[in-house]
Amino acid sequence: MRMNRRGFLRQTGAVAAAGVLPVSMVRLAFGQEGQDFTFAYISDSHIQHIRGNEFVRNWDQGLKRAVAEALLEPKPDFVVFGGDLAQLGTKAELDHGAEMLSALRYPLYAVMGEHDYYLDLGEYWSELFGDHYYSFDHKGVHFVVLNSVLTYDEWTYHRWETPERRMLEMAGLDNPNGSPFMVGERQREWLRRDLARIPRTTPIVVLSHSPLQKIYKGWNFWTEDAEEVQAILAPFEKVTVLYGHVHQIQYNQIGSISFHSVMATAWPWPYPETYAHSGAYVPVMTVPMNRADPFNERDATGWQFIDVHTGRVAAHYTLYDNKNRTVAYNAATGRPEDTEYQNPARRIPPQAHY
Amino acid sequence: MRKFLIAALTALAGSTALADEFTEADLERWAAQFESVAQEGRNLWTSPELGTNGVACAQCHPNAANTHPETYPKFQKQLGRVAQMWEMINWCIRNPLEGEDLAPGDPRMTALLAYIAKERRGVPLEPGKH
Repeated sequence: MRMNRRGFLRQTGAVAAAGVLPVSMVRLAFGQEGQDFTFAYISDSHIQHIRGNEFVRNWDQGLKRAVAEALLEPKPDFVVFGGDLAQLGTKAELDHGAEMLSALRYPLYAVMGEHDYYLDLGEYWSELFGDHYYSFDHKGVHFVVLNSVLTYDEWTYHRWETPERRMLEMAGLDNPNGSPFMVGERQREWLRRDLARIPRTTPIVVLSHSPLQKIYKGWNFWTEDAEEVQAILAPFEKVTVLYGHVHQIQYNQIGSISFHSVMATAWPWPYPETYAHSGAYVPVMTVPMNRADPFNERDATGWQFIDVHTGRVAAHYTLYDNKNRTVAYNAATGRPEDTEYQNPARRIPPQAHY
Repeated sequence: MRKFLIAALTALAGSTALADEFTEADLERWAAQFESVAQEGRNLWTSPELGTNGVACAQCHPNAANTHPETYPKFQKQLGRVAQMWEMINWCIRNPLEGEDLAPGDPRMTALLAYIAKERRGVPLEPGKH
């Protein structure tokens, strides 16, 4: 029997020590019980250096709680960090974040975020976490990790006088001086070659920082070459893309590809349509995340575990101080749906964003 | 003598024009005044200067989204009463930004309110809405 994680924590009394923590537990199940496995997914911690050994307390708390949670039972096979460990990509921030993550004592697969990348183009991040993009196999699943936060060469290499300025310009989510994310031709070619040897019945899980779909360019909820990447993934029967960056629940289905966002440990973001002049909407099937009104320090940061039955995903979001959510692939409709709230009549007032 | 009187009256009124004598140029000037204050608000919104920990309003509120200026005054749960928008702004300055309250009439508060309202232009007033 699969245990509800919050229930588990209550039973063990760990809830008093650790609270309900914003880590994403991801469980994959492929028919055979022996092939079931769980991994933890932590993302978007935005560790922010103030001065000396001072860091923004609020963001530190988010990551510390996630790490504490991932140390508890059930033990994950490995941990994914979904990008934006740092706020401004400095050695101090990356070191501080890596130090907190090092308490996990599990294999760590890291994804590059734009806040990690644009100071030194991922050089120091690589010393800590390795390659910017790679793949690995785990219990019958082929995992692909992409660096999806690249952009046009002119912007990256020629527009800004200093690396610090470049980082600041990309760090502002709504900054019109920013530039759209992309995977880029070189990495797409690597992806084609990497997948060439994989049977099309093998479940594929892609881990990226940006959505690999186009939602709202103004806040870079966007990947410029999303269609090209999707075309490479499309021949596979069961593909799941897990992405960070958006700090909110999103889900979508495009052909054989299911998309799920993961929560941030740092802070939540508004949905694009709540900006009156964006003209943008999240995928129509997404029932928005619940929000506390007014602000609560850990509101809408959370964790989830994900079951994959026969290669399709059920994401169980456990949200700090907020009601749990489950988004599961519905074979009848061929898309992910919220198991409780998909019917508009079932929705609750905290899901109304305006 | 008549010239002197007019000059004296003009000085008293503070303007050479009657109250209803304003032109397109005046309208443009006033709009530009608003834009410049809203721009100052945008600068404050995206800078760490209001707090002590480097956090900026824009980190959680890109384009001032999720601020709902059209719903104020409204009941504010953590204050336990109906509050104005500037009170909620100060709540955010004190908490996530770890800074000090601004006075309600502080030009920086006016600038923040101007920027928020500008980003929300066109949305109907819904006082009290949650």
